[in-house]
Amino acid sequence: MNLMADLIPAGAEIFLLVMVCVILIVDLMLAESSKIYTYSLVMLTLLGCSLITVGTHTQGVAYAFHNMFVDDLMSDVLKLFSYIAVGTMLVYSRSYLTVRGLFTGEFMVLTLFALLGMNVMISANNFVTLYLGLELLSLSLYAMVALQRDSAVATEAAMKYFILGALASGLLLYGMSMLYGATGSLELGVISDAIKHGVPNKSLLVFGLVFIVSGLAFKLGVVPFHMWVPDVYHGAPTAMTMLIGSAPKLAAFAFTARILVEGLQPLVNDWSGMLIILAIASMALGNLSAIAQTNLKRMFAYSTISHMGFLLLGFIGGGVEGYGSAMFYAVIYVLMTLGGFGMIMLLSRAGFEADTLNDFKGLNQRSPWLAFMMLLLMFSMAGIPPTVGFYAKFSVLNAIVQTGHTWLAVLAVLFSLIGAFYYLRIVKLMYFDVPQSHEPINLAPDTGLLISVNGLSMLLLGTMPGMLMSVCAVSVQQSLLLH
Amino acid sequence: MIFGLPVISVTIWLPILFGVLVLATGDDKNAPLARMLALVGSVLGFLVTLPLYTGFDITTSNMQFEETHNWINRFNIHYHLGVDGISMLFILLNSLFTPIVVLAGWKVIEKRVAQYMAAFLIMSGIVNGVFAALDSILFYVFWEAMLIPMFIIIGVWGGPNRVYAAMKFFLYTLLGSLLMLVALIYLYNLTGGSFDILDFHEVAIPMQAQILIFIAFFFAFAVKVPMFPVHTWLPDAHVEAPTGGSVVLAAIMLKVGAYGFLRFSLPITPDASHKLAGVMIGLSLIAIVYIGLVALKQADMKKLVAYSSISHMGFVTLGIFIFNSYGVEGALLQMLSHGFVAGALFLCIGVLYDRVHSREIAAYGGVANKMPVFAAFFMLFAMANSGLPGTSAFVGEFMVIMGVVKVNFWYAFAAASTLVFGAAYTLWMYKRVIFGAVANHHVAKLTDITAREKLIFAILAVFVLGMGVYPLPFAEILHVSVNDLLLHVTHSKLAN
Repeated sequence: MNLMADLIPAGAEIFLLVMVCVILIVDLMLAESSKIYTYSLVMLTLLGCSLITVGTHTQGVAYAFHNMFVDDLMSDVLKLFSYIAVGTMLVYSRSYLTVRGLFTGEFMVLTLFALLGMNVMISANNFVTLYLGLELLSLSLYAMVALQRDSAVATEAAMKYFILGALASGLLLYGMSMLYGATGSLELGVISDAIKHGVPNKSLLVFGLVFIVSGLAFKLGVVPFHMWVPDVYHGAPTAMTMLIGSAPKLAAFAFTARILVEGLQPLVNDWSGMLIILAIASMALGNLSAIAQTNLKRMFAYSTISHMGFLLLGFIGGGVEGYGSAMFYAVIYVLMTLGGFGMIMLLSRAGFEADTLNDFKGLNQRSPWLAFMMLLLMFSMAGIPPTVGFYAKFSVLNAIVQTGHTWLAVLAVLFSLIGAFYYLRIVKLMYFDVPQSHEPINLAPDTGLLISVNGLSMLLLGTMPGMLMSVCAVSVQQSLLLH
Repeated sequence: MIFGLPVISVTIWLPILFGVLVLATGDDKNAPLARMLALVGSVLGFLVTLPLYTGFDITTSNMQFEETHNWINRFNIHYHLGVDGISMLFILLNSLFTPIVVLAGWKVIEKRVAQYMAAFLIMSGIVNGVFAALDSILFYVFWEAMLIPMFIIIGVWGGPNRVYAAMKFFLYTLLGSLLMLVALIYLYNLTGGSFDILDFHEVAIPMQAQILIFIAFFFAFAVKVPMFPVHTWLPDAHVEAPTGGSVVLAAIMLKVGAYGFLRFSLPITPDASHKLAGVMIGLSLIAIVYIGLVALKQADMKKLVAYSSISHMGFVTLGIFIFNSYGVEGALLQMLSHGFVAGALFLCIGVLYDRVHSREIAAYGGVANKMPVFAAFFMLFAMANSGLPGTSAFVGEFMVIMGVVKVNFWYAFAAASTLVFGAAYTLWMYKRVIFGAVANHHVAKLTDITAREKLIFAILAVFVLGMGVYPLPFAEILHVSVNDLLLHVTHSKLAN
């Protein structure tokens, strides 16, 4: 009985782990030409996980494994979006990876391991669980970036990612150990209570906090801990970049929310000051550097930095408004990123990467529909209504104005204005310029459908953003603030 | 109600729906179908706005034809639409211009016809939304969405320097809008959770905040008007845009800025408006006099009309910030009139450009010999642009000057100089282009305007003359709403 109570909240993760092991073995038996079965199995796994996540959902918050693991509304919502993101990534990247000889069992198994890591991070309620999830995710991603063994750029990217990632993990662990020293616990709720009741050594606490925030900043990729982002985004095969840029940001949001809000809420005055600096620096450097890029993947990397800075503003806002808006921002950001990288992969062919800005020239003449989808995605990233990107920015701005940081909101919109320039430049290239190549664009039915859904969802969510906003707000309220 | 549907929603969504249909006709093989569909959509789009005029109650300043639905409950945002005397006529003006630009682009636009027509139809619906929105976030969404089709129109079908002009247009206007967004969010928190514009009108605001909000709104609206010194995007955008784009920019887009001052700045921040009125009047007078002089030396016809627009819009902002009913009503009539006149002038230039492919004044001369009918229409619109009595422009300018005389004679004196400069640059241009001997072989080969072009000019000529001779049908609609607005502005909104 007690065992079942532990197993049910973690049902999706257990199922995922079992399936990864099964797929690992099944894949060994399959010939190189029948990887499609592995692929189908992976898709079924994602479907199964979604069903279990929905099925095991309970009102309120369920703890498991001696409070190491938590299953609440926020984790369920974030997990569902992670499944969607990973599934979308797999569909987009199938033909891209096939022609490059990377559509292998290892790729799919590593993807699922990464997903498992994210799930554990999202549901962690203890520093140890958080760290385990993070490492599982990170190690899978390091290996995936290096999967293209004959590419020097990819190997370099993997190396950089690994070294800097390990450094960040070290910082995080160091910070965690200090907090443990100060409070005597690794469990988030207990730490929070301990700090509330007063700890003898406040300086140790704040010292630990600095390390924790640095580690988080590394993982989110915000300035000044952003150096790995452009190189990794650029060097990794686009499918891997897409994975790195999408679902893990949801996990990173959960990670940040759990540690800072659930665990270290009493230190809010200490960490929100740090976040303000990180946020402003990220928005400034991200947006300004993105202008200078000629490679689309690098441009997206810098744009990610600025988006993560914007997301941090939500944490500065605080409360249901603030954390809810940050979560909404993270979800919308993931949807936009998927579309953006998806488009790069759709336009790529065997032996050709459509990852420079010039490859988008005259897209409207080659394929008006794809150009229109990209237009929607770009305007959404720039935060122009009626696309949903606007509402993501709007809700964050609302949260910070509400807490009296109007100056920060003004600063944020000014940086968004700079950001609008480089997104508009893509629209300009697609619509105003003449194409450089007239190579026909081969659109498989599944990817064609997916990019249409992805692009139109910007418009659709933009006309009806209320639902998703409320879901995010309610889940944050239930998960972070009511205990 | 039209067929059981609320009028304002139909005026917004019908053109957008037709825009999507036109877009669906696909590539240029189906261009004739796209043109037909666009014409049907735009004419229908105009017809459905007529109930707004026929059903309008001129005795009340309340919002009419109101629609309210919940939209984003989390932030208490509503799909709230409605019109009063200030906004109603602009919806008609905008919808009237859509068939005109569709017709104007009928032959000239040959590549990506469906996208061109669709862009104008969609923009038409969005602009109606701007004028009808009573929820500030709904307003903001329409306000920003308006930029997207215009950006594409300038950038795809524009002149040689179109990319620069399109980017400048977009980023300039976005800067203002984003600051306005922060102001709206601030007001939302001040009212305790409402984005309704009518609630913003009631809420008390301390002076310092009012000034900051006023400045944020100023950036958004002054860029659109455009006021000196944030006008520099306009000559670029006008010159590079295709004829239809220039027409819509001049006739419609500039009006949303002035409309914003009346709907937001004045009633929401009345104390700041009074305090900063001097600055606004100063900027308006600079626009009238200095930009008028700038217009005088332009060699490019489109640039000349663009600068003339800035100068005339200076009149509008001047009328608004003297806070009397002559001024504000004059400003509104001037806005309508400028829509007709500037739109018509850009169409005239478009007619010449389509035939000769030059906008330089020096490339023409003696056009009257070859195009007598065109010369007659052009004459009428040129006279209207100089504010000749009997044309629509005279009514608005006269009323504004009358209003300004009550405030300060020297302001009025400076403002009236526009009549001199306006006549000078317009008629001088007219003389150089139309009169004289046939200047070169391009002009010698000109043929007079076609039936389609005659139809367009005839419609506009009717409005220019009609409004000039008998402005009452327009003025009576404004009257009650303007008086109510001015009454509202006299009450201080400092925290009490």
